[in-house]
Amino acid sequence: MSTLTGTRGLIRLILRRDRFLLPTWILWLSILPIQTAVATDQLFPTAQARQDYFGTIVANPGLVGFLGPVFNSSLGALTTWRIGAYFVIVGLVSLLTVIRHTRTDEEAGRRELLGSTVVGRHAPLAAALLVTFAANLLLAAVLTAGMVSLGLPVAGSLALGLALAAAGWMFAAIAAVAAQLTEGAGGARGIAVGVLGLAFLLRAAGDSGGQGSGVSWLSWLSPLGWAQQTRPYAGERWWVFALAAGLVVALVAAAVALLARRDVGAGILPARLGPAAASPGLRSPLALAWRLQRGMLLGWTAGFAVGGVVIGSVAESTSDLAAESAQLQDLLQRLGGQGGLADAYLAGVMSLLGVAAAGYAIQATLRLRAEEEGLRAEPVLATTVGRVSWTISHLVFGVFGPAVALAVFGLTGGLVYGLMRGDVAGELPRVLGGALVQLPAVWVLSGVAAALFGLLPRLAAASWAALAVFGSLAMLGPLLQLNQGLVDVSPFSHIPRLPGGAVSATPLAWLLGLAAVLAVAGLGGFRRRDLVSA
Amino acid sequence: MTATAIAVSGLVKTFGPTRALDGLDLTVTTGEVHGFLGPNGAGKTTTIRILLGLLRADAGEARLLGGDPWRDATELHRRLAYVPGDVTLWPGLSGGEVIDLLGRLRGGLNPKRRADLLERFDLDPTKKARTYSKGNRQKVALIAALASDVELLLLDEPTAGLDPLLEASFREVISEEHHSGRTVLLSSHILAEVEALCHRVSIIRAGQIVESGTLADLRHLTRTSIAAELAAPPDGLLELPGVHNLEVDGTRVRCQVDTAKLDDLLRQLTSVGVRSLTSQPPTLEELFLRHYQAQQPAGAVPDGRREGASR
Repeated sequence: MSTLTGTRGLIRLILRRDRFLLPTWILWLSILPIQTAVATDQLFPTAQARQDYFGTIVANPGLVGFLGPVFNSSLGALTTWRIGAYFVIVGLVSLLTVIRHTRTDEEAGRRELLGSTVVGRHAPLAAALLVTFAANLLLAAVLTAGMVSLGLPVAGSLALGLALAAAGWMFAAIAAVAAQLTEGAGGARGIAVGVLGLAFLLRAAGDSGGQGSGVSWLSWLSPLGWAQQTRPYAGERWWVFALAAGLVVALVAAAVALLARRDVGAGILPARLGPAAASPGLRSPLALAWRLQRGMLLGWTAGFAVGGVVIGSVAESTSDLAAESAQLQDLLQRLGGQGGLADAYLAGVMSLLGVAAAGYAIQATLRLRAEEEGLRAEPVLATTVGRVSWTISHLVFGVFGPAVALAVFGLTGGLVYGLMRGDVAGELPRVLGGALVQLPAVWVLSGVAAALFGLLPRLAAASWAALAVFGSLAMLGPLLQLNQGLVDVSPFSHIPRLPGGAVSATPLAWLLGLAAVLAVAGLGGFRRRDLVSA
Repeated sequence: MTATAIAVSGLVKTFGPTRALDGLDLTVTTGEVHGFLGPNGAGKTTTIRILLGLLRADAGEARLLGGDPWRDATELHRRLAYVPGDVTLWPGLSGGEVIDLLGRLRGGLNPKRRADLLERFDLDPTKKARTYSKGNRQKVALIAALASDVELLLLDEPTAGLDPLLEASFREVISEEHHSGRTVLLSSHILAEVEALCHRVSIIRAGQIVESGTLADLRHLTRTSIAAELAAPPDGLLELPGVHNLEVDGTRVRCQVDTAKLDDLLRQLTSVGVRSLTSQPPTLEELFLRHYQAQQPAGAVPDGRREGASR
């Protein structure tokens, strides 16, 4: 029996398990770049407009650092630059896919079940890699075809598709190695995502100096740098693909060798041990909730902090771009004048951010339901911990977690935007206010989740549906010119558009009151009901 | 301290159309180890969850350590410890952390006892809970419960994941608990364990207690197995009322006899002349099967459905 026996069957298993997930990301990640090309063409229809845009980008190290180098002012090259973040996303999705079908299965014990059937030692890894590689090639094919159909050069389109696929292949191979190292899937994901983050930082640092600067060699240490240095639509450098292929071969060989050297279920690195006794502080439901929620809080806050930096810098450049593009300036004036553009942009981002923060609020609040369903609430509630204090211990994170994340976004965003405008004292409070004013609507969603948990626990997940409905009504309602009464159902519709808009306290007070009533209803309901696990 | 640790009468709990408990009566005296026997889905876990105030009874009365399990839940929980049948832990916490946390939430635990139990149950407290097997998770919950200084232990199938060696340590620990005066309600479907540990037993079927008493009481109601070798073939001598499953093979006789008729049978046998005689009291298994082989009451729910609803 070869060590690859059974690979074909496992590939079918992966395709069955991911029959929705795989097509979804392949389509999104190939169609959105095509859509970006169309939008870029509409926004900068003339060679002169594109040249101006190109000049603005090159002059902004923050933008080049974030998205990558831009090589010329052709439509293809500008599109390639604008989708710079997709290299990271394709890498991330690919590495998650590989770990999901290798280490996650192994940790859950499913690998063991398979291992007892006619499946070779290397078959699960081979199946996961083959599926991920093929998905990336499919993505490249759709992307290339789409770009060519828009009239862009064939060679550049092919290079762009392959560059994205190369990023996917390299990080799939990195994940294959990471999956051999740790016992837990979480640890393996951490290592692979850490490598991705390092690759991004190296590339960002190398590119931020502009082309030919003293630090540009840093980009060449990063697989993401290689993918972008293939220069689609700007004198393609095909030999860089050989570099990527070499890395993939080396990493896969390493993963195969490591796999042959370890037991099923074991990792190369020793499993991290925990303390033999709890720290003195771990003695209350709130301390337990902090242990369970801190990772999520840290993740969201870090994400919002980075988001603030990016948005703060981009908001400033929106007004730069506007100053140099006649079309945009025209558009701006119709929207409310030069000074209004950056504010309008920021206010729009803030309302999106409010919806995202409400997602975190729901996630943190529904931890209650997850603990109950996972039977972990039971041993805690069988101690002297009462139901109300246990519920509040998690609700604290559903209420203050989003507040922390939004405040951090306001601070980093306001700081960067203020620095770029040379007026931190003036801009920081305005941006911070725009972020924090989202909270009453966010808390209504925490309240919805708490109320469903307490009163209709089996329907607690419907909080997400509420978020989807409220979010779409507030975002799309005005665009689709829906009935105002319908749009007003969403709490997000009552949030003032800051910075720049007018503030009225009454709707905010109503939202706060509603959130409080919902939370109290949830607490009361949970005090009276049975614990239900399924 | 009240003389009755647990007093339940006429307890009813329904989950939708399913009647998980159907007029259950249960009395556990302070200081005893009480076996709560029944197959999966009979209502053991539901009863314990009601006693913990995790579920609310639809009808009937339940008193626990002199209090109301629903209303006085938090005060009562200071005086009891619970080991669930299906132990799930927080994957990111180490076993030692979980033991300390649950002990502290219960109002403190004895560090000497904790160290002693860790050794006796052979548990590595530094491993993260996500890496523990089912048996090890069970040990974590057991140690957290046993190291707490409480009056009452509610154990729901506590040895389901333990290997035989650890099961022996578990029995040892429980008899120590008994000697130090604690009350234990031990739900189980492992008859040997209940037979070895418990003073009194309640057998539950389809949400009702069908038999309750000391092991000696229960045995009295049932049959003793007799195997004898006689001086001559018994030839029809043994057609007595109360004798069952009679097998005669020349001079060898095997049968089961209602314990009340044992005397009559022995007289018959000795009248023929006895060469050898073995008499075996009924095992708990036989007691148990007697109740479960009896016809299911009308409207009884298949085990699988009941289990699904009560979990």
